[in-house]
Amino acid sequence: MNLLWLQSGGCGGCTLSWLGSEHGSLFRELAAEGIELLWHPSLSESGVDEARDLIARCADGRTRVDVLCIEGSLLRGPLGSGGFHRFGGGAQPMIDWVRQIAARAQHVVAIGSCSAWGGITAAGVNPTDACGLQYDGEAAGGLLGPGFRDAAGLPVINVAGCPPHPDWITETLAMLAHGRLGAAQLDDLGRPRFYADQLVHHGCPRNEYYEFKASASRHSEQGCLMEQLGCKGTQAHADCNQRLWNGEGSCLRGGYACIRCTEPGFEEPGHAFETTPKVAGIPLGLPADMPKAWFIALAALSKSATPQRVRENAHSDHLLRAPTVKRTKR
Amino acid sequence: MSTRRVVGPFNRVEGDLEITLDIDDGRVAAAYVNSPLYRGFEQILQGKLPADALVLVPRICGICSVAQSAAAALALADAAGATPPPNGRLAANLTLAVENLADHLTHFYLFFMPDFAREEYKSRRWYHGAAQRFRATAGSAPNEVLPARARFMQMMGLLAGKWPHTLAVQPGGSTRPLQSSELFRLQRSLREFRGFLERVTFGARLEDVAAIASRQQLDAWRAQAGGGDLRTFLDIAADLDLWQVGRGSDRFMSYGCYQEQDRRLFPAGLWHGGALPLDIAGISEDTSHAWYAAAGLPQHPAAGSTLPVAAKEGAYSWCKAPRLAGQVVETGALARQVVAGHALARDMVAGSGASVAARVVARLLELALVLPAMEHWLGELAPGQPWCITSQLADETAGVGLVEAARGSLGHWLTVRRGRIHNYQIIAPTTWNFSPRDGAGTPGALEQALAGLPADAAAPLPAIIHHVVRSFDPCMVCTVH
Repeated sequence: MNLLWLQSGGCGGCTLSWLGSEHGSLFRELAAEGIELLWHPSLSESGVDEARDLIARCADGRTRVDVLCIEGSLLRGPLGSGGFHRFGGGAQPMIDWVRQIAARAQHVVAIGSCSAWGGITAAGVNPTDACGLQYDGEAAGGLLGPGFRDAAGLPVINVAGCPPHPDWITETLAMLAHGRLGAAQLDDLGRPRFYADQLVHHGCPRNEYYEFKASASRHSEQGCLMEQLGCKGTQAHADCNQRLWNGEGSCLRGGYACIRCTEPGFEEPGHAFETTPKVAGIPLGLPADMPKAWFIALAALSKSATPQRVRENAHSDHLLRAPTVKRTKR
Repeated sequence: MSTRRVVGPFNRVEGDLEITLDIDDGRVAAAYVNSPLYRGFEQILQGKLPADALVLVPRICGICSVAQSAAAALALADAAGATPPPNGRLAANLTLAVENLADHLTHFYLFFMPDFAREEYKSRRWYHGAAQRFRATAGSAPNEVLPARARFMQMMGLLAGKWPHTLAVQPGGSTRPLQSSELFRLQRSLREFRGFLERVTFGARLEDVAAIASRQQLDAWRAQAGGGDLRTFLDIAADLDLWQVGRGSDRFMSYGCYQEQDRRLFPAGLWHGGALPLDIAGISEDTSHAWYAAAGLPQHPAAGSTLPVAAKEGAYSWCKAPRLAGQVVETGALARQVVAGHALARDMVAGSGASVAARVVARLLELALVLPAMEHWLGELAPGQPWCITSQLADETAGVGLVEAARGSLGHWLTVRRGRIHNYQIIAPTTWNFSPRDGAGTPGALEQALAGLPADAAAPLPAIIHHVVRSFDPCMVCTVH
């Protein structure tokens, strides 16, 4: 399976995240899965004339593209011209190349939330009219339109995340290479279900603090980050606290909020990223599938049941009280 | 009669780069460097809550992500008058150092060295070995380096949750308190990385590399047994005379970085044949050759604006032209070490000025200099002591954040009005190095470095041009942002 990787309105961080893959050499792993890089702007030897020639061949069908990976938002501005990104060495806007190659590729994969939904590049006034391949924020559409289907009948596969975990990318590509990724393996937003059917909350090491609503109120405290510090791990689809990052990390383990970076529209939460919006003291963003009345009732109950140990530790940056040691009954 | 040739896309430069060459009599008569991607972060940031910059700015760049976070955190801390506790300062140093060292490694092995596997060099005595070792994706080096790099980056998992794009770096310190057992894990990662560098990259102890004090000593060191990829590079550099190509303006700038108790590990300064004071009030950005609405005279970034225009007479890049007191400066590891006073760095530029080889050697030299400092900082961390303080930002305030990313000086200029970001201007390292011409027509550092190199209107672009371009370790996504 050959793979063409192009970058547009993003930061290149998806590629850098991918290079952090922790299963030996990423290049050897790709080769072992039968994946051949036709070209990648940061990794390939060839550039300039050879690269331009290759892209042209991919666009007109002389070179077959099994998987087209796009990293970065698609920039439609200014005024629909695509002029905010012209592919190096030519006059043609990148969005034209992407449209042409996507129409011929066997599969099209959005690498990261920029190419999936628009992402950070579409934040604020969205100066470049940035969008995703098949979404414009939460609305289906984007550069290729809601009706786009690849040669196998699949929509754009959205490996969303800012950045995505290296394994989300590699496993998606490996599943495609082995013919194991069909419509049933994608969620309603086109994300691979193997990671998107989980919540960031699952496996969060702060779970005891969450259970008792023992909340951190300042950075570096150990308590739950949902009530005060903006954490959306109970709503965000991803397995970040089960499949850890850079060894044993995750946003929560790093002491800061999940900002829901796998979800469309995460770049404009409508409130300060690290402050939980509330109405009458109740957080606006409730955990996925949780009835509001029950959340309020349980939160009140659990707060009144919070053990002193959990209450104190939540406001400390290190353990003040260890759990009681229970003696085995004689 | 000169011929114009547009070359691009340059790959292995982190982002998009296109260069227009005017070729005259087999030589580059003039080069015009174009950064062809515009995203508009400075526009996106306007009107946002100041703290939200910590989410937005790291996403300017996936390879300088922590440097962007650090600059924003410093600008916010400056605006709030906040000083992080010692643990917060040390954690910030360590986090930035992990990124900077990983970037140096990535640049050398994944971006720069693969060019010596080009067919153009197949008659060279070193070609076979270099191609087998450094060929992109397939060579033995990249496949050996990626796992070592990933192991090293596990320090990011502990220090910052993940990389790229962390929120652990805050104006008040770090969100991630470390416990004693975690310090041991960090020491283990550092030890492994030191072992890798000493065995694979240098074939020598880091301290021995750091102690090399002149070109002459470097040549003597190269002749010693020990192997390592630096010696291979030095052999190639000698054969191709990479010490004589790629000279820019030879005016070197560093904002300084890695705050220690009462000094910075690498101090700030300016060097032009001798030490000069660095006055950041003298920085201005000129937009005469960039696709922005002209706002009269060049502006200091605190008063700068970013208003893109679709077409403009004489413009050829989305990159503005930053100048220091009207002058073109070069920034990066070489500049940082020249300013900091490292004897080898100063000697490397003393004769024929900056060069491809000097820039590459300075980067590897920093690997040898910074890792021992990291070992020291780790030893100073004090679990149980505070990691982060809370600070209040006034509704009307301003701040500046200056750091050194792997590839050079990065500055953020923030103005807050009515509690919102009124203006946020960013000048990244490659904005300096790959700037277009200014209003006086003076070319940027790379534009100067390319002039005079061999080129042909139709034949494949000579590898030497690739070496010069990549010797700056450009980061194009930062350049325009």
